[in-house]
Amino acid sequence: MRFGSLYRLTVTVLPMSGEVAVIEFESVSKTYPGHAAAVAEFSLVVPSHRSVVLVGSSGSGKSTLLRTVNRMVEPTSGRVLIDGEDVRERDPVALRRSIGYVLQHGGLLPHRSVLDNIATVPVLNGIAKREARTAASELLERVGLDPKLGRRYPGQLSGGQQQRVGVARALAADPEILLMDEPFGAVDPIMRRDLQEELLRLQAELHKTILFVTHDVDEAFLLGDEVVVLREGGVIAQRGTPAEILGAPADDFVRDFVGADRAERELSIMDIDGRAVAVDGSGRPVGVLAP
Amino acid sequence: MNLFLDALAWLADPAHWTGPGGVPTRVLQHLAITFAAVTAAAVLAFPAGVLIGHTRKGAGLVGAIAGAARAIPTLGLLTLLGLALGIGLGAPLLALIVLAVPSVLAGAYAGVQNVDPEVTGAARAIGMSPRQVVFQVEIPLAAPVIIGGLRAAVLQVVATATLAAYTADFGLGRYLFSGLKSRDYAEMLAGALLVAALALLLELLLAAAQRIAAQRITAPAEDTAEDTADLPEIPREKERV
Ligand SMILES: Nc1ncnc2c1ncn2[C@@H]1O[C@H](COP(=O)(O)OP(=O)(O)OP(=O)(O)O)[C@@H](O)[C@H]1O
Ligand SMILES: [Mg+2]
Repeated sequence: MRFGSLYRLTVTVLPMSGEVAVIEFESVSKTYPGHAAAVAEFSLVVPSHRSVVLVGSSGSGKSTLLRTVNRMVEPTSGRVLIDGEDVRERDPVALRRSIGYVLQHGGLLPHRSVLDNIATVPVLNGIAKREARTAASELLERVGLDPKLGRRYPGQLSGGQQQRVGVARALAADPEILLMDEPFGAVDPIMRRDLQEELLRLQAELHKTILFVTHDVDEAFLLGDEVVVLREGGVIAQRGTPAEILGAPADDFVRDFVGADRAERELSIMDIDGRAVAVDGSGRPVGVLAP
Repeated sequence: MNLFLDALAWLADPAHWTGPGGVPTRVLQHLAITFAAVTAAAVLAFPAGVLIGHTRKGAGLVGAIAGAARAIPTLGLLTLLGLALGIGLGAPLLALIVLAVPSVLAGAYAGVQNVDPEVTGAARAIGMSPRQVVFQVEIPLAAPVIIGGLRAAVLQVVATATLAAYTADFGLGRYLFSGLKSRDYAEMLAGALLVAALALLLELLLAAAQRIAAQRITAPAEDTAEDTADLPEIPREKERV
């Protein structure tokens, strides 16, 4: 099939295990000097080629956790492993180039054109500039942008366009792992919905291991094969599939956070002309059950 | 007659435009010592300023060095150096380098230090080495401020380089000193006018360079106006300190 799967095929020949691009957090804690713990005793396995979403309110340590994976943050204690190897054993520059990272605030280089931004890591890796730009142009289309935008500079794009460019840049070196820190945070709800659909489409094609951060529960449920609800101080309140969390919130915090009691989450079935219509807690129809 | 007209008449005299003491030669000498002093100052101060701006350590040192160097009266320093080194270009060159260092240092330091930490953080996060961050992100983004520092240094040096004639037969200052000695005030004023014109020219060139550098940071060179017409105003780089 794709180049990506060929690459995986060669990697599976390695000893250790058949799974690649597995991220493991082992009792990771992080305390910034002079602050309360940002993350405490966090353990989690992000399985190969799946998407796990960390969801929590602002300041719950989501970005901190994400950045321990590419060594932008060093844990105070605990370890982060990729495919069984402690990331601290890896050269940080090589590690970061092997991981696609979409930053919370875009993080594009303002003095480089959109194409050159996307091509940054491939060029650093020694790919010819021309070739990297051609690939970057294809990536622009892939994230739903007009390749003509490639010649613009980040300051000449809208927030949503910049975030798409950020996603394209993260994909440019064809990494197995993607870290996405509220990549769609700065855009309006309609655009956001678009971007989410595009990510789902991309993931169906690319099968990356994705660790995704958001404070939006609906986004978490939409995008996550598995969802981790964080409470203050980077403590896991609950983790499971979206259905598990919505169906059986572990406690009041989770119930409240995911809005399990919200009227629009309480669906019931009404029989209308022989068809089963689902309505929410306020009686508004939301859909029809498939026969 | 009017001194100003005398000076113009002096400048219009073809005899003053030829030979080893002629205006073209003196202008070239003046430019040469200016260029040499600013280049030497840049070689010394630019790496230090970039390093301090990058690490954000030693900012106090920049202030101290720049302050101290600025407080030194150039004429006094030149006299001292002249006494130590004797007649020749060595003393004025050193004095001019000391004059140029603070501006270059401050420009490099302030420019790099003011680069948005979020941008440099992002550059590191996607896999740039510290060296790549410095050369591919910080210096390009600091370019307008760096050029601003050079511009200030060039202006100070080009005006002060007249002092080179104090210890050597060199540069436009020669007209000032010889005019003073022979009470040829027209020659003196003509020399001063030439220095002012040279300073103005360099100022215009460097200001243009600074503007181009600022534009390159945010605006695509090839992009057509209609393509970007509907876009919001591009935020301009802040003027230098
Ligand atoms: N560099 C830092 N120095 C000190 N404290 C920090 C630093 N970075 C984060 N913190 C603190 O650690 C805690 C967790 O921050 P983090 O950025 O991981 O949260 P977050 O869940 O990503 O929040 P948001 O949704 O607002 O992005 C916060 O209390 C924050 O103030
Ligand atoms: Mg965050």
